[in-house]
Amino acid sequence: MIAFKLAWRNLIGAGLRTWLNVFVLSFIYILIIWHYGILDGWNHQANIDMKAWEAGNGQYWQQNYDPYDFFTLEESHAKIPEVLQKASSEGVVTPILISQASVYPDGRIQSMLLKGIIPDQKVVAIPSAELDTESEAMPAGSPPAERTGQEIPVVIGRRMAKSCKLKEGDITTIRWRDVNGTFDAAEVKVVKVFNCNVPNVDAGQMYIHINTLREMMQAPGEATMFIIGKDFEMNETVSGWEYKDYDFLMSEMNEMMKMKKVGGSFFYLILMLLAMLAIFDTQVLSIFRRQKEIGTYIAMGMTRTQVVSLFTVEGAMHAILAVIIGAIYGIPFLLWQMKTGMTMPAGSDDMGIAIAESIFPVYGVGLIITTVLLVLIITTIVSYMPARKISKMKPTDALKGKIQ
Amino acid sequence: MEQSSIITIKELIKRFPVGKGEFTALNGINLAFNTGEFAGIVGPSGSGKTTLLNIIGSLDTATEGKAVVMGQSTGDLTTKSAAKLRRMHLGFIFQTYNLLPVYTVYENVEFPLLLLKLSDSERRKAVNDALEWVGLTDKIKSRPAQLSGGECQRVAIARAMVKKPEIVLADEPTANLDAANSHNILKMMLKLNEELKTTFIFATHDDKVIKYLKRKITLEDGKVVKDEFITK
Ligand SMILES: Nc1ncnc2c1ncn2[C@@H]1O[C@H](COP(=O)(O)OP(=O)(O)OP(=O)(O)O)[C@@H](O)[C@H]1O
Ligand SMILES: [Mg+2]
Repeated sequence: MIAFKLAWRNLIGAGLRTWLNVFVLSFIYILIIWHYGILDGWNHQANIDMKAWEAGNGQYWQQNYDPYDFFTLEESHAKIPEVLQKASSEGVVTPILISQASVYPDGRIQSMLLKGIIPDQKVVAIPSAELDTESEAMPAGSPPAERTGQEIPVVIGRRMAKSCKLKEGDITTIRWRDVNGTFDAAEVKVVKVFNCNVPNVDAGQMYIHINTLREMMQAPGEATMFIIGKDFEMNETVSGWEYKDYDFLMSEMNEMMKMKKVGGSFFYLILMLLAMLAIFDTQVLSIFRRQKEIGTYIAMGMTRTQVVSLFTVEGAMHAILAVIIGAIYGIPFLLWQMKTGMTMPAGSDDMGIAIAESIFPVYGVGLIITTVLLVLIITTIVSYMPARKISKMKPTDALKGKIQ
Repeated sequence: MEQSSIITIKELIKRFPVGKGEFTALNGINLAFNTGEFAGIVGPSGSGKTTLLNIIGSLDTATEGKAVVMGQSTGDLTTKSAAKLRRMHLGFIFQTYNLLPVYTVYENVEFPLLLLKLSDSERRKAVNDALEWVGLTDKIKSRPAQLSGGECQRVAIARAMVKKPEIVLADEPTANLDAANSHNILKMMLKLNEELKTTFIFATHDDKVIKYLKRKITLEDGKVVKDEFITK
């Protein structure tokens, strides 16, 4: 206990150097907590967004469907099995039919996915209802052949709108291959541009009435996959269709978040190393400069162990002071970030992970405790190492201050 | 006389390794000190005064022979027991004061009492008493850098005396002080010696100190060449 009292006096007495070290350490605390808080907040938000827009509570995939293989896409749809048809009509699952197509922004070809969706579905947040705004005479979902002179309504996300220079009300041509392999074309009208944080349901795709797409592909009653809504429970397997649970659909993103955390750790490792070097240096220097003081402590009857602990505690106290100083400016900062969120720089949403315009950090108690303990333990070790030298000093030499 | 001695030194030899050989700094010292002595070890530079004082203070150990302090043979003590001996029974005064620079006068004087784990109120009383002995009650909050040399040494005396140790060892306490200050602190120590029966042992070649001594032990080349009791 006495070591703490004395260490406190010594540290405060040492002035500027102490505060410099303390400030650097406190900065590391705050930076680590803030950064991991951002990543956790991002992860949390991305999970919510992906669930709402893309993954639902899981999906059924037609057995040939592979989201990374466009070449097999044309064989990846099949007739809807009866159980899913029933669930679909109850609105607890919703079918999606996917086909390849191309658009021509500025006369240049750009491939994309056409996704057929049921307008009145409530399973995902895609504003499919907008597809239903056509007149009664020409109901939405009519095959293109019957729609001569009428554009097919489509809904796109803001990323797609940007890359194809389209806005609401615009009309453009799309082309696709029909079953015979010959190209077909039609005019589409953008009836809605939606805002969404999930690039996977936005970039390079157009949403269209599922029946229209079925007509275009000559695939009546078929689907590529189903998204499962909240209240759907089924134990039997559906032959020809594979169940993909929520965790599977999230695994890619979670993996990426983990990588980001690991990447961040390397950065902090280096930062910590620098801070520890500063503390180590301070310790070595102070033990060298304070030999006479050490000799005096011993002359006054402190044991060597006491002197070693005094210097160790002095070093470790940097980390304790850093918690206090860090709290003074860090807590307001962290709370402010939690409230206002961090605005992500433009372009950062092309990383493939759902990312909102602002990320609201989430700070776990575990994160804070681990960070504080880790820095404290490392600082203590770094402080102890040079202090050990004291126990080998001869008190007479220390008093003369002549150890080199 | 032997059994009542507070310090007994017998056939003490101290050799230091120098290069490949050895240097004999103390060569067969025999001495005994009684409680309440006001003694000085004098002699030319290099005669071994500091070395002897360090061995008595258990900061150093003899190569041969014995130094028994407060009934404990210092050569046989573990570093922990030696620390305890110093903590409980010994006070040191140094030529260079050796005050802790970041501490105030009060905190410097309080330090030995913290090691003895005295309570707050015991400490406060003892520190105030000690500062009164040396006449520094008005400088309680000053730091060493703000004090004169004489004042620093008075703080050091207060620090050595605050726990009322049996023995005070003072190595050249006046070397950095002017005449007036030297007389001043010696009078102070003499008074404490008489009031508290503290044994004082000096190492010095300062005539101003020697004038006050009640016993003068002359060292030359590591040997006691004269040991005289002075009656005034
Ligand atoms: N650690 C050491 N290693 C080698 N020689 C030493 C050591 N300490 C002291 N000596 C030698 O021992 C002798 C006695 O030294 P000491 O310091 O005791 O002298 P002193 O009488 O106190 O001198 P001064 O009046 O100058 O302080 C000196 O010749 C010194 O060189
Ligand atoms: Mg000397």
